[in-house]
Amino acid sequence: MADNKLNRIGKRFAQSLRLMIGVPEYSAYVEHMKNAHHGQAIMSREAFFRERMEARYGGKGRMNRCC
Amino acid sequence: MNQLFKWAGWLLLSLLGAAALGVIALNRGESVSAIWIVIAAVCVYLVAFRFYSLFIANRVLKLDATRMTPAYKHNDGLDHVPTNKYVLFGHHFAAIAGAGPLVGPILAAQMGYLPSMLWLLAGVVFAGAVQDFIVLFISTRRDARSLGDLIKSELGQTPGMIALFGAFFIMLILLAVLSLIVVKALAESPWGTFTVAATIPIAMFMGVYSRYFRPCAIAEVSLIGFALLILSIIAGQYVQADPAWAAMFSATGEQLTWILIGYGFIASVLPVWLLLAPRDYLSTFLKIGTIVGLAIGVVIISPELKMPALTQFTDGTGPVWSGDLFPFLFVTVACGAISGFHSLIASGTTPKMIRNETDARFIGYGAMLMESFVAIMALVAAASLEPGIYFTMNSPAAIIGTTAESAVQTISQWGFHITPEMITQTAQNVGEHSIISRAGGAPTLAVGMAQILSKVVGDTGMMAFWYHFAILFEALFILTAVDAGTRAGRFMLQDLLGLFMPAMKKTDSLPASLIATGVCVSGWGYFLYQGVIDPLGGINTLWPLFGIANQMLAGIALILCTCVLFRMKRDHFAWVTVIPAAWVYTCTLAAAWQKIFHDNPRIGFLAHAKKYQDAVARDTVLAPAKSIGQMQQVIFNDYINTALTALFMAVLVSILVFGVRAVLQARMAACPTTREAPFELLPVYAVIEK
Repeated sequence: MADNKLNRIGKRFAQSLRLMIGVPEYSAYVEHMKNAHHGQAIMSREAFFRERMEARYGGKGRMNRCC
Repeated sequence: MNQLFKWAGWLLLSLLGAAALGVIALNRGESVSAIWIVIAAVCVYLVAFRFYSLFIANRVLKLDATRMTPAYKHNDGLDHVPTNKYVLFGHHFAAIAGAGPLVGPILAAQMGYLPSMLWLLAGVVFAGAVQDFIVLFISTRRDARSLGDLIKSELGQTPGMIALFGAFFIMLILLAVLSLIVVKALAESPWGTFTVAATIPIAMFMGVYSRYFRPCAIAEVSLIGFALLILSIIAGQYVQADPAWAAMFSATGEQLTWILIGYGFIASVLPVWLLLAPRDYLSTFLKIGTIVGLAIGVVIISPELKMPALTQFTDGTGPVWSGDLFPFLFVTVACGAISGFHSLIASGTTPKMIRNETDARFIGYGAMLMESFVAIMALVAAASLEPGIYFTMNSPAAIIGTTAESAVQTISQWGFHITPEMITQTAQNVGEHSIISRAGGAPTLAVGMAQILSKVVGDTGMMAFWYHFAILFEALFILTAVDAGTRAGRFMLQDLLGLFMPAMKKTDSLPASLIATGVCVSGWGYFLYQGVIDPLGGINTLWPLFGIANQMLAGIALILCTCVLFRMKRDHFAWVTVIPAAWVYTCTLAAAWQKIFHDNPRIGFLAHAKKYQDAVARDTVLAPAKSIGQMQQVIFNDYINTALTALFMAVLVSILVFGVRAVLQARMAACPTTREAPFELLPVYAVIEK
């Protein structure tokens, strides 16, 4: 019980750290593509990672951090 | 019964907070332990979050847990992803926390710790957190659109353009002042310069490693990078000790300025995977880690505050920056109490991921309380230094001279205990040649942090390591901001110029992007250079300009919030944003006015220009100028600063006019006139997932 909870906290912490640098959950993306866009091509983990990196830093005049 | 216990708990918490504030306020003349400040701050935050933010959520905004959010509506698994509120809180906090909340309170400490502390607490509860929360709410209800778009749709096309125009200049000043902090920290410091320079090859190695060998292994590559960073801090010590190496990494402020300008240009046109992305990993994780470490250190050590609660410099004669407590304290503290920049973050990425509208309270209001706490810790670090050391580090050479003896002479006259031995000993402890006139906040924070952290891990022998660790930590995320900011500024500029010259709009055209990058870099480079050669230290001019720009954006955001409240027909609750908006406007306009027209040359740009003009007329040369030509340059700089400040005032006033017009229109309408996305119910599975 307590183990489970610690596990979940750890997982969320790791998720949060990844999100801080602009990478959301890959599994959530895959699941979403399977459910909502059935049959469409799904990016590999690597392609997903690159796409997210370009989106965060290649930005179109977006400032995603603060002073 | 349960209810009764809850209320008793909150009552006790409030009493504890009040008692801590009482200890701080009444204990004059004796030094106070930092733990009282921490207790007071935490109690204020908890009570404000539990009661005031709940009031805003339920009564003012009427957050609706059943309403559709952009994350579900546009879910694509990439930008729009429904995200757990604790996970999103971390992301949002990392995006809003930067150098601002660390530097502002350190500079403001010249008036004593009490004024800054009170404003950090009152400002965040009634202004800063309110702004972040409401902007996040507004954007979430409008398909997560950006601040510029929100202003366009709620206030009109013209004010939207004005706000974007203002935002570009804020960016320039921000980049200039951040770079100035780095220059001040690294000038004539081979150890610091070496470790910061080493971050470039380290980041490039990480970039190549994760591009070609281990894609997606963020944790692994970050740990390798972190280990290399620590090694570079240790190696820096040997660089400093070796005369040949030390000479190679020892640069004057002016040299560093040119290096930074060149760096900004090159870094912002390199592919992002090579330098920007990997360094961002390091700086983000290091930032979070250091903030947590500092919090633990402050609580465990709870240092004595040696700075008086109030110093004589509340009269505006302080050496670090000039001007009276009102309005300059408020534009100096800036980010930790209220930061306009957050309205750009709160209307960008975060609302695309918010799972439920009701999470906006925890994420928007809560993360800003955390940021204020970071500012409180920076204040504690600065106030726990000997005041004599604080003023040695932060007063410009024009006032205290360049030797330990001259500094001691001036600072003792102000009534602070200091000896030449204390100065040289501190410099030796942190492994630097000199700590005199290292304004800009970073070195002061680094000495404060080194004192606190070396008591937790290591001893005085470890102080030099912790000092350079703190410098590295700040330089790392400032350089990332310079790089990312130059990129963002370039796109903003291409957008703006594209309105007049369609050829400039092509972001994939090499000449167009090189030109825009060049303009952007020379823009902030100009202000940086001007700051570096200023005998009053540059911070004296640039930090107030930055504070005014930042608070201007906050004023704009609060006007937007006010208009939306009126359009929602929540007129009777509009005071929630009207009061902070009025206060921010008053402070910012007053500060801008004084920066232009004050007759003290240390405050007013025009008075400063006149002083130099009179000297030119008498054919005398005033420092720092060495010739009449340089005198003309100083005068020209003053006019540029005047024009920029006047521009900020014009932006503020015009947005106010458009805001009042929108409010009057909303009041005349019989029913709500907001431009929210049409109401949809949140899907059932979303409610269950919550």
